[in-house]
Amino acid sequence: MAPTARPAGTAARTVWAVAAAGALLASGCGHASRETTVRFWGLGREGEVVQPLLRAFERSNPGVRVETQQIPFTAAHEKILTAFVGGSTPDVAQLGNTWIPELVALDALEPLGPRLARSSVKPVDFFPGIWATNEIDGEPFGVPWYVDTRVLFYRSDLFAQAGVSRPPRSWEEWRDDLRRVETLPGGERYGVLLPIDEWAQPVVFALQAHADLLAEGGRRGDFRDPAFRRAFDFYVSLFKERLAPPLGIAQVANPYQQFADGYFASWITGPWNLSEFRNRMPADHQGDWTTAPLPAPAEADYPGVSLAGGSSLVIFRDSPQKELAFRLIEYVAGVQAQVEFYRVIGDLPARVAAWDDPAIAGEPRLAAFREQLRHVDPMPRVPEWERIAWAIAEAAERVILGQQSADASLGQLQTEVDRMLAKRRFLLDRRARERTR
Amino acid sequence: MSARPGRPPVRARREARAGLAFVAPALTLIALFFVVPVVAGFLLAATDFDIYGIGDFTTARFVGLGNFAALLHDPVFWKALGNTFYFVLVGGPLSVGVSLGAAMLVNARLVRFKGFFRTVYFAPVVTTMAAVAVVWRYLYHPRFGLANQLLAAVGLPDVNWLGDPRWAMPAIILMAIWKNFGYNMIIFVAGLQGIPTTLYEAARVDGAGPWQQFRHITLPALRPMLVFVGIITMIGYFQIFTEPYVLTGGTGGPLNATLSLVMYMYKQGFRWWNIGFAAAVALVLFLIILAGTLVQMRLQRERS
Repeated sequence: MAPTARPAGTAARTVWAVAAAGALLASGCGHASRETTVRFWGLGREGEVVQPLLRAFERSNPGVRVETQQIPFTAAHEKILTAFVGGSTPDVAQLGNTWIPELVALDALEPLGPRLARSSVKPVDFFPGIWATNEIDGEPFGVPWYVDTRVLFYRSDLFAQAGVSRPPRSWEEWRDDLRRVETLPGGERYGVLLPIDEWAQPVVFALQAHADLLAEGGRRGDFRDPAFRRAFDFYVSLFKERLAPPLGIAQVANPYQQFADGYFASWITGPWNLSEFRNRMPADHQGDWTTAPLPAPAEADYPGVSLAGGSSLVIFRDSPQKELAFRLIEYVAGVQAQVEFYRVIGDLPARVAAWDDPAIAGEPRLAAFREQLRHVDPMPRVPEWERIAWAIAEAAERVILGQQSADASLGQLQTEVDRMLAKRRFLLDRRARERTR
Repeated sequence: MSARPGRPPVRARREARAGLAFVAPALTLIALFFVVPVVAGFLLAATDFDIYGIGDFTTARFVGLGNFAALLHDPVFWKALGNTFYFVLVGGPLSVGVSLGAAMLVNARLVRFKGFFRTVYFAPVVTTMAAVAVVWRYLYHPRFGLANQLLAAVGLPDVNWLGDPRWAMPAIILMAIWKNFGYNMIIFVAGLQGIPTTLYEAARVDGAGPWQQFRHITLPALRPMLVFVGIITMIGYFQIFTEPYVLTGGTGGPLNATLSLVMYMYKQGFRWWNIGFAAAVALVLFLIILAGTLVQMRLQRERS
């Protein structure tokens, strides 16, 4: 994957430059020609609320203008790939950190190692599990912006009523707690909501059991691994024992209401739901819920690991403004900017130091996230990962709904995933052959 | 544009050239935005062009019919194919039947406020699918949904509409019919209004009952509409995508019970970027629709 000149990109840049010049002439900004423009793509709400931060960056860098484009999260992946094909990628973009392996495979991103070596921003400033998601084969391609992991949200009143005095630490303790909660009076009740159409939960359990998920450097699936089997069986058993309802998230319709009703007493979900719970749970239930780190397979390992999710900032290889782009990333990843960003939108900072700010340290329900973020593991970093993750969820669904035995389902999963990775095997082998030649 | 004998060929050639000039813009557009993509699609179907190919063209390999072979060995493809046929064979006739029934109702002489009913029945057709899906998800809610309350009212057990692999497809068919029947209804209404009332009067004089009138006057008179509606509905239903996509949050679940061929293609092509493979799926779908259309046209021609 050697860096190659991309004539198409250059041509498109010329077109862009001409178009930009035309726009400037049309708007009559005579002085604008002295400004340098950095193009920034932000996703979803983040792309919207980042504006004041970017204006502050402009103020401290006279002559620099940051041009932002906000892209809805659902369309972002497609839009970025299309931009790459069309040679119109921005200078800096926000990316879900699971997309990084794919864009690195496309050779679309600028390696950040050399710049980081000279920078005030150091890898050790971030949660290690989160930082790792930005590295492919040891080379960093992104700087974490905000983080996202999954913890246990639970109805503290119901758990206390069932005689549970502390958050569960091991899988078995957790299972016991859920059983006890379900025996409480008050209508139909489930211990935990694990939406059957999400891959995060089965993958988290597999990471907790230290399953590798993929073998041979990401060339094949590793679903005959006993560690994976243990996690898979545990996940499925929660449904077989009726501790979790076999429902997709779309079918739950309004999980907040049903959480308040006690239809399910806990839920493994992410930081975005902190504000949703605050806004959507009835006022008289606001004191009844809290968060805890995830249980581990055995108590000695507590807390169990969770997903190292979140968004990173990357520089595209085609960018003509890499130095400025990196300066922008340094600014946004600064502690002050991270705290500010939390204040505005509630996204959890990737910089560890930002968590000492009173605004964050003073929020009790965030303590579980801080603890959990010290225990997050990256998922396999191959471009095919998301597809594999979905296949894992589907394999579990087949067993939960009684369509297949665990053996048959995992056998099918292994075949499917090996087929998904066929192209990757071919490319890796070809590259290895080229290297030995 | 053929040269008639006795006219100078020069003029004919000039006419031909002028004609070409007139159709050239349209032809260019069709060539550019239809022929080229279709040919490209055929070619893509013979390669394993994928996400790696987007980054580096040389990683794409020519695989000949390999994609089709892989397709035939993929259980998910057969599942999607089966689902699509289920939807077309059950949903299609039901949809046409409901449209025809509704058309006869709103066209009946006894009905008042015809315009009102036509508008009401047509409203779902022009309602945004996403909005419809939100409402129907509530109707199908396993605990609070109206559908289950209706079942309970007549003493039937609850159904987990979108969560049970057996019921998910019927749930989607029901919604699709509700959403689409208004359009065909309008076409049938137009057809019904074109039937002279004298035919019915003559039939009644001859002692024909309502069923005989329907069988021997209405149906034959509506034949052209039936052919049109049948083919259009079939083509549309084979390409079903939005209904299951929005109702199941894009998954085609539970257990792929609502995964249609087009959804399968979309997932392969635009989620996993297996573009060559997705092109092969599209080609298969094209062949199926082509065959279905030919069969329907042949059947209709034989009958008339």
